[in-house]
Amino acid sequence: MSKQYETVIGLEVHVELATKTKIFCSCSTEFGGAPNTHTCPVCTGMPGALPVLNRQVVEYAMAVGLAANCKITQVCKFDRKNYFYPDNPQNYQISQLYLPIARDGYVEIEVGDTKKKVRIHEMHMEEDAGKLIHDEWEDCSLVDYNRSGVPLIEIVSEPDMRSAEEVIAYLEKLRMICQYLGASDCKLQEGSMRADVNLSVREVGSKEFGTRTEMKNLNSFKAISRAIEGERARQIELLEEGKKVIQETRRWDDNKEYSYAMRSKEDAQDYRYFPEPDLVPIVISDEWIENVKARQPELRTEKLERYKREYDIPQYDAEIITGSKKMADIFEATTAICGKPKKVSNWLMVETMRLLNENGQEPADIRFSPENLAKLINLADAGTINSSVAKEVFEKVFAEDVDPEKYVEENGLKTVNDEGALREIAAQVIAANPKAVEDYKGGKEKALGALVGQIMKAMKGKANPGMVNQMLRDMLK
Amino acid sequence: MANKISDETIEYVGILAKLELSEEEKEQAKSDMETMLDYIDTLNELDTEGIEPMSHVFPIHNVFREDTVENGDDHEAMLSNAPQQKEQSYKVPKTFA
Amino acid sequence: MDILSMTALELGRKIKAKEITVKEAVEACLKQIDKVEDKVNSFVTIDREKAFNRAEEVQRGIEDGTYTGPLAGVPVAIKDNMCTKGMLTTCSSRILENFNPTYTAEAVLNLEKAGAVIIGKTNMDEFAMGSTTETSYYGETKNPWNLEHVPGGSSGGSCAAVAAMEVPYALGSDTGGSIRQPSSYCGVVGIKPTYGTVSRYGLIAYGSSLDQIGPIARDVSDCAAILETIASHDVKDSTSMERTDTDFTSVLVNDVKGMRIGIPQDYFSEGLDPEVAEPILEAAKVLEEAGASVERFDLGLVTYAIPAYYVIASAEASSNLARFDGVKYGYRTADYEELHGMYKKTRSEGFGPEVKRRIMLGSFVLSSGYYDAYYLKALKTKALIKKAFDQAFTKYDMILAPAAPTTAPKLGSSLSDPLKMYLGDIYTISVNLAGLPGISIPVGRDSKGLPVGMQLIGDCFQEKKLFRAAYTYECLTQKKWISDYDKTQTAGKEEA
Repeated sequence: MSKQYETVIGLEVHVELATKTKIFCSCSTEFGGAPNTHTCPVCTGMPGALPVLNRQVVEYAMAVGLAANCKITQVCKFDRKNYFYPDNPQNYQISQLYLPIARDGYVEIEVGDTKKKVRIHEMHMEEDAGKLIHDEWEDCSLVDYNRSGVPLIEIVSEPDMRSAEEVIAYLEKLRMICQYLGASDCKLQEGSMRADVNLSVREVGSKEFGTRTEMKNLNSFKAISRAIEGERARQIELLEEGKKVIQETRRWDDNKEYSYAMRSKEDAQDYRYFPEPDLVPIVISDEWIENVKARQPELRTEKLERYKREYDIPQYDAEIITGSKKMADIFEATTAICGKPKKVSNWLMVETMRLLNENGQEPADIRFSPENLAKLINLADAGTINSSVAKEVFEKVFAEDVDPEKYVEENGLKTVNDEGALREIAAQVIAANPKAVEDYKGGKEKALGALVGQIMKAMKGKANPGMVNQMLRDMLK
Repeated sequence: MANKISDETIEYVGILAKLELSEEEKEQAKSDMETMLDYIDTLNELDTEGIEPMSHVFPIHNVFREDTVENGDDHEAMLSNAPQQKEQSYKVPKTFA
Repeated sequence: MDILSMTALELGRKIKAKEITVKEAVEACLKQIDKVEDKVNSFVTIDREKAFNRAEEVQRGIEDGTYTGPLAGVPVAIKDNMCTKGMLTTCSSRILENFNPTYTAEAVLNLEKAGAVIIGKTNMDEFAMGSTTETSYYGETKNPWNLEHVPGGSSGGSCAAVAAMEVPYALGSDTGGSIRQPSSYCGVVGIKPTYGTVSRYGLIAYGSSLDQIGPIARDVSDCAAILETIASHDVKDSTSMERTDTDFTSVLVNDVKGMRIGIPQDYFSEGLDPEVAEPILEAAKVLEEAGASVERFDLGLVTYAIPAYYVIASAEASSNLARFDGVKYGYRTADYEELHGMYKKTRSEGFGPEVKRRIMLGSFVLSSGYYDAYYLKALKTKALIKKAFDQAFTKYDMILAPAAPTTAPKLGSSLSDPLKMYLGDIYTISVNLAGLPGISIPVGRDSKGLPVGMQLIGDCFQEKKLFRAAYTYECLTQKKWISDYDKTQTAGKEEA
């Protein structure tokens, strides 16, 4: 390959908003549930049903728009996007084309040491579609409208990204914003954050954009990275062969690591947008905007600085903890109870992260309560349990949010601080291990460790290792 | 200024509208649409420069619903209207390969 | 006691006074239906069992004080585009041949809360698209005054049912004249209220920005009482209006002194049948003699309303009717290959020619490259038409006009030339575009004996003025048309 190519990427990111009810009806947005149990005449497109807008959707959309430095459209409207597909019960999607809620924003991303701005073209509110499940037995599809009408915002960026790393950084940034605002949990595996990638390539130095393709069906950061690499390679290959890139929508198959054109005569992609006559305009006053701004919670950068200042924790710790709103919330709540920020931070950064990774979960999935983590920290701190028992108890707290005080009590895990009992065991161990005693007395420090281990084993781990150590030293003087 | 609707246009509109017309119906649709479009073109006699398009007659705005769950319980009755259903879901021809 | 000749309010009073039972009222209607229905075909669905069960329930409710309103126990027919829980709702289309709604339209619920007894669902032009009730999949409805003529449309079944005395009143819907024009053809009173007055929740949409439900009855007082009952601010319909002035029956007084009435010259020009013009101008004179001032003026833009309407209504319809696809309810074709084949075959077999025509037109005007030229242009025209009316209402309390250029045409004479049929809506359509209220009341008959209706158009939220003027006219002419009931039945008898 003689020529140097540059990849130009723009993103359309769909984020499911964390409202309790759907955008146009009072059905629950709860994830899961038996097929079609969260449905009503509105979200199944029954004849005669009409949409009524959920106010909270506008509030969240405004909050995200403001956090992404957008201008809020003070008279905004909904439009109908017309296309036939069975996951879309009305065969039109209520969305926004002509007057979207927010426009002309940007977010700042950091890749390596380089900071850059990714501009946001516009952000609009719309309804999600239902779910289609393929039925292998009958070779048909089954439609579940539980997700139909769940509120989404679509965030459309300018083509400002040049690499998969930048794309991931941008997505992380959006995710952080939405999570901090409480606007969405942005879980990729549940589909509450999804991205379509618009990608083109051009020769380095060229001012013109190449022809772009749009890739859909990307449901993890890894898939997005792979799809970007794959599509870049495909387009360069075409250009090198003197062929043209065709503007089209492609579906990424992450198993085959290849994208396929989604072309069909029946998908004319002519959406015949027109203003939704069943909904009235939204007029957003300056006052309303100020109100949303005032309620805007502290975002990540501010929080990070405050943690370093207020809790005296290192930059590295603060970065990891503020990397997730959920994590930061737990950190603050737990610290408020036990007053030991550094210890809380350690539990979150080490044990919590380890267990999340082992379970393939995200910080947003954390289920334990700050109360129980605080109790655990206090138990360990007071020496009521030793550190290995504490880790064991934490696994229970992590998995089932058990009350550590009760759990320790019920399972008899308290460290034995009874000197008499310990001394008895220690005497037995000394008597049974003359070789180790000899070695220690001969100056081999390591031998003491073996003896401590023996005692701990005999105590079923419930002894305080420091205390045992000291006792042995005294006894072997 | 008479409008001419081509075979391709009628075919294309059929795809958008999901209607399948017989040859005879297509010819009829072409001529009906031409007549109507000629008639609609009389709107061009009107000077609408600077006129704001009016979708809603009344200036009502900000009609909202509060975010409170009120799950109805008629999903089974709704589903019973489906021409074909399976496993509590609406059954359709397969949607992807 | 002749139950059939009573207006809804008269019947309601007798029921309340225990002179007539609800069951007797229902029986009388069903008997008349048995007598004339195979000639007139006003109904798609008649549910006798439900009606009798409901009659019993309402009778008890009246006795225990649950139902105290003036319409309690009075039978009613509902146009078949309003959802009724547990009662088939077809929109007179094959595509909804078996649709059983899980909920009831808000307007109908309001009637039920007032103790109404639903007899059945009335025939209409398929999806309310048409002006003759000939596009119904379930056969055409005939004009009770002359069975060789159409009843008008699209609420032709509702108007014919009232005219043929099958029910004392009915609900209709009006997107471009669908209550007022058939009311005129059938010699009954019908009003299209200001947009947003009656909830559209449960009304199967044709043109969402134009659709409005309204009453059809034998006189003005009935219409006022029914509208008072069905009007409500509904949180389920975002376009529903909060109004505190819906006590329409309070203005039923014989007095038009000082009322300013404008007659648009441009409505009384070529195209208007002199046999229609004459009784209407006669009626204007009646009002003038009673103390109203009557003046001719130029409304303007008259010919542009129809093209603007067909762009807007068809565009909205193409989208509103997309949901009829054989997936969730209604008809699905028997044989199909794949998904899009199923859609196309289902819809092509399920919809009739007029509906397909409008869906095609609507899809085209919204398609890529045409939106500005057609749709936006039509919305701008709509703005101009609204402005013309606003100007007129600075000078007049109401506009007096025909409801239709002719009396009811013969069956089969309209559908062959759609454009000609569309032109028949010239006096009603602009009222929908501007969201205004309009009432049609009978003022005479042509030489063939077919009824002529006069339309009174008011400014937004000014139904009260319309009711007062219409009521005054009715009083002064002593409801001359009442005596014509016999003719209605004769028409039936002659054919028998």
